[in-house]
Amino acid sequence: MGDAGIEEPMMNGSRASGTAVPDGRPVPAGRLVILLGPAVLVVGLLFVGGLVLGVLQALGYAPGQGAASLTVEHFRRVLVDPELFTSFALTFYIAATSTIIAGLVSVALALTLVSLESRSRMVSFLLQIPLTVPHLVIAIAVLFLLTPSGLVARALSSLGLLAEAASFPLLVNDRFGIGILAVYVWKEIPFITLMLLAVLKNMGKELLEAGATLRANARQRFFHITLPIITPVLAASGLIVFAFTFGAFEVPYLLGRTHPLLLPVWSYRTYSDIDLLARPEGIAIGLLIAAIIIIAVGCSQMVLTLVRYREGER
Amino acid sequence: MRVKSVLVLLAVAASVAVPFVPLLLWSVSERWFFPSLLPQAFGPRAWHYIFDTAGSQILGGVWSSFLVASVTACLSLLIGLPAGRALGLYGIPGKRLLLLLLSLPVIVPPLAVAMGLHLWFVRLGLAETFVGVVLIHLTFCAPYTIMVMWGVFCDYNPEFEDQARSLGASVPQVMLFVMVPMVLPGITVAVLFSFLLSWSQYLSTLIIGGGKLLTLPILLFALMDSGDRPVAAAVSLVFVVPAFLVLLASAQSISRRGLQGVR
Repeated sequence: MGDAGIEEPMMNGSRASGTAVPDGRPVPAGRLVILLGPAVLVVGLLFVGGLVLGVLQALGYAPGQGAASLTVEHFRRVLVDPELFTSFALTFYIAATSTIIAGLVSVALALTLVSLESRSRMVSFLLQIPLTVPHLVIAIAVLFLLTPSGLVARALSSLGLLAEAASFPLLVNDRFGIGILAVYVWKEIPFITLMLLAVLKNMGKELLEAGATLRANARQRFFHITLPIITPVLAASGLIVFAFTFGAFEVPYLLGRTHPLLLPVWSYRTYSDIDLLARPEGIAIGLLIAAIIIIAVGCSQMVLTLVRYREGER
Repeated sequence: MRVKSVLVLLAVAASVAVPFVPLLLWSVSERWFFPSLLPQAFGPRAWHYIFDTAGSQILGGVWSSFLVASVTACLSLLIGLPAGRALGLYGIPGKRLLLLLLSLPVIVPPLAVAMGLHLWFVRLGLAETFVGVVLIHLTFCAPYTIMVMWGVFCDYNPEFEDQARSLGASVPQVMLFVMVPMVLPGITVAVLFSFLLSWSQYLSTLIIGGGKLLTLPILLFALMDSGDRPVAAAVSLVFVVPAFLVLLASAQSISRRGLQGVR
């Protein structure tokens, strides 16, 4: 790692040709186009293009009629729909709650694993299993586990703790989205934990030992040494899982209630309605989800830049 | 300390294993009425069903899922490797903005994009086709691969290439015998995980494929609606197999960077 820092300026110096830009070796513009062209094309055409086409359709654009056909009516109908607030609140609640629970458990788990050292390789391998398993499979498993006739109810019943299926609390298709939260928490804890572990292992023990020498107790060492070090990764991985749960369809579709719907389910239901006139509204809700996520990412980027700037001042 | 580490290991193993217990039990049950803890009768009906009775349909689903995911993963690498190299090694004007743009599809859900593209895919004759579904998966898998390869090339020392060049190696030789071996672990992670990302796609396949391209998740949702629990459980287990294979294959080469963006 140390070498790279010394070699970089030398490389820049030896290659006088090309556009001189900081942050990396200079390179002729033609080569950049070849290297980056396909990537920009795919993201530009398919992703940005898809969003733009979505906006046009949500604005009711009809080919052949040009700008005259554009209307904000569909967006307006979605925005004044009293369902929107309930649906947004529920979606936000699910995404925020699962992210917070997963974050807290992950910090505890990662700290425990780092302190244990032995067998941590085995645990990291086990933790990688949930990363690769599709959400859909876990949603089905949770359905088989938590319904009133599911495996948990059966286990309680055979232990004599449950008189009949009806007395088992509703944990799937329920008000609080317990089943949905269960799936997301199971999927997210390993992801956040592994991200944290990578940082904690790099951190080493020196800082904590220095803290202990200066008579900081365990609590102080956590809040003043460990936490500031893991915060950027915790925030980044939290943002990734929050954004994902906010826009994911399969899990709430299988495990959620039919009313109120989570935003992604509401969006697809409206989009695929038999009434084709509802389609632009479905797309408008989908765009709303995308906009909320893009704004969230943008804000966190700005906060991050601000924090770095502040730290630079000190 | 030893006892504690064993306990932690067991707790993690149990938590990871829990969801697979009902899937395994249901897939081999013939009769399982409430409140019996274990099935009253075990039997291979569900497995017979997916390999014999409905074999052509389910295995066809496995095959189309596999084809879509393989083609998507390969195309993603072809796009992501050069892009990652450019982003990791070279000075590019507006690099931060470019990185933000290229990473957005990893975070923004496929919902609105697939809906937006659908009408135009219909016009272009791409809706309900293999190519159309690959393109919509590519929209999300390619950026993921770009991000992984960017991370890989941030730690890459291009001096080795200069040395090979000065020893008379041609550009293709340098790429094949110097660059590829050095970034191979990163390539493995990128390909395997973009395969999985495509393999697990449901909604974008449904919107663009219009229910015509029957990938495994599409079939699995239909099975859940039909209410045949043993068969749904067995298909779920088939659906998980590649995840485990990928895990074993990448156990060595997996790194923190490889995990970023895996959902």
